[in-house]
Amino acid sequence: MLKVNDLNVYYGMIHAIKGISFNVEEGEIVSLIGANGAGKTTTLHAVSGLIKAASGNSEFMGRNINNMTADKIVRLGLGHVPEGRRVFQELTVDENLDMGAYAVKDKAVIKREYERVMELFPRLKERRKQLAGTLSGGEQQMLAIGRALMSHPKMLLLDEPSMGLAPIIVMDIFDIIQTCNKEGMTILLVEQNAKMALSISDRAYVLETGNIVMEGKASDLLNDDKVKKAYLGG
Amino acid sequence: MDFIQQFINGLSLGSIYALIALGYTMVYGIAKMLNFAHGDVIMVGAYVLSLAAVKAGLSPVMSIIFPVVICMLSCTVLGVTIEKIAYRPLRNASPLAVLITAIGVSYFLQSVALLIFGSNQRKVESVIPEFSLSLGEIHLSGEAITTLGVTVLIMICLALFINFTRVGKAMRAVSEDKGAAQLMGVNVNTTISLTFAIGSFLAAIASILFVSSYGFVGPYSGAMPGIKAFVAAVLGGIGSIPGAMLGGIILGIIESMSKAYISTELADAIVFSVLIIVLLVKPTGILGRKRITKV
Ligand SMILES: Nc1ncnc2c1ncn2[C@@H]1O[C@H](COP(=O)(O)OP(=O)(O)OP(=O)(O)O)[C@@H](O)[C@H]1O
Ligand SMILES: [Mg+2]
Repeated sequence: MLKVNDLNVYYGMIHAIKGISFNVEEGEIVSLIGANGAGKTTTLHAVSGLIKAASGNSEFMGRNINNMTADKIVRLGLGHVPEGRRVFQELTVDENLDMGAYAVKDKAVIKREYERVMELFPRLKERRKQLAGTLSGGEQQMLAIGRALMSHPKMLLLDEPSMGLAPIIVMDIFDIIQTCNKEGMTILLVEQNAKMALSISDRAYVLETGNIVMEGKASDLLNDDKVKKAYLGG
Repeated sequence: MDFIQQFINGLSLGSIYALIALGYTMVYGIAKMLNFAHGDVIMVGAYVLSLAAVKAGLSPVMSIIFPVVICMLSCTVLGVTIEKIAYRPLRNASPLAVLITAIGVSYFLQSVALLIFGSNQRKVESVIPEFSLSLGEIHLSGEAITTLGVTVLIMICLALFINFTRVGKAMRAVSEDKGAAQLMGVNVNTTISLTFAIGSFLAAIASILFVSSYGFVGPYSGAMPGIKAFVAAVLGGIGSIPGAMLGGIILGIIESMSKAYISTELADAIVFSVLIIVLLVKPTGILGRKRITKV
């Protein structure tokens, strides 16, 4: 579904991503794990067109998306929940969700997706008319995910959805990711919380200072000594 | 009675400032730049109006509509073109480079006007039909009534557009977070072009109203209303649409009250003093606010 080949990204002189290749097949949950500054966010930004890669080839559902702008890529069905939520603080919850469906023309589809999101995140329902900036961190994360689901993407990139959340909310969010996946959505998940990420993933890649240093089945990585030491806390 | 008369004069002057200030504030909010050429779009609009009025051998109604429409179209196209040619290539450049470019565009428009029309002021026929209204001792000119009416109408339309249409929401989203807005499928370039189009359209209306009361245009005619409207935008809180409306109105009232009761020479100094005092008390302007951030 998503194929990335020999991706290189620079920030000025900093070579942040050093020729990585990876792929995500339809229906999979794939994790990208790695320490702070490894280049996970940069990788997702390059895929969804928020930053320009210096070189490399990305293909989404058989289409070359190398030089496409982010707004075009999302219209192909590649959703992205960015790091740090980035909900529109001065828009209400409903307005944020409506923005999520900006690329969708069909009113009936929008209504259906809206009801679906409200079902997944009942807490948003009570806060429909509230400004997003006044939501708690967890509620903002729910809104960020709900907003991305509004366009009913075929594939979703999630950048640290558990960041800064209480364990119980993290569980909820991981449940929802799995639910979406069961309904046919392909997932690429970036997480600090490697243990949880691996436990719901089919496969995973380990990123270290811009290089992929390990890849394989999630269950194998969970039991790998090196991975345990470096990312799973011993 | 004189006080009310001056107040109404101030409201009408302030409406024009508000219309211009909206262009500054919307462009600032969305493209994060100060478009110092905005005032000169008003000057171009006034020249266009004078040219279009002369050429008309039309029916009385058409002789109003024709120059007005031509003026609106020219300003809108001019604003969008300026953005495309001068500012878009600098989208990722330093703010200082963009600011200097904007000042350059301003001088460019003034120089072109100077080359074509010379430095003499050119007469512009008012497109507002002559009429007036007297309520007791208060006298309302046709220009004042038209200015107030048009401004109220425009502001209602703009508020509805920004708050309730999808494109309006997209504009607010872009002004807050361009990247996140792109992830929703919003084309940022189109949104910025649209913002310039709206700002310049409002400038055209301001131009028509302004020059219809004033009667003349010269190459530098846009500079003063431009600066005043910029002050109004900052006063109200730059980036805030209600702020620009409020700032313009307040500025107009202060200016005409100062002229009437204090001194014509000091009026501008008073206007700027008010700006400084407001910014000392509230650095973001009257309705401007810091983003609420939650980490
Ligand atoms: N805008 C930028 N300008 C310069 N360097 C950057 C920029 N963004 C990221 N970097 C650098 O690129 C490298 C990768 O950053 P990135 O944000 O992709 O890491 P990450 O794996 O997502 O980290 P984290 O887990 O902390 O979110 C880091 O060394 C970072 O300092
Ligand atoms: Mg990151």
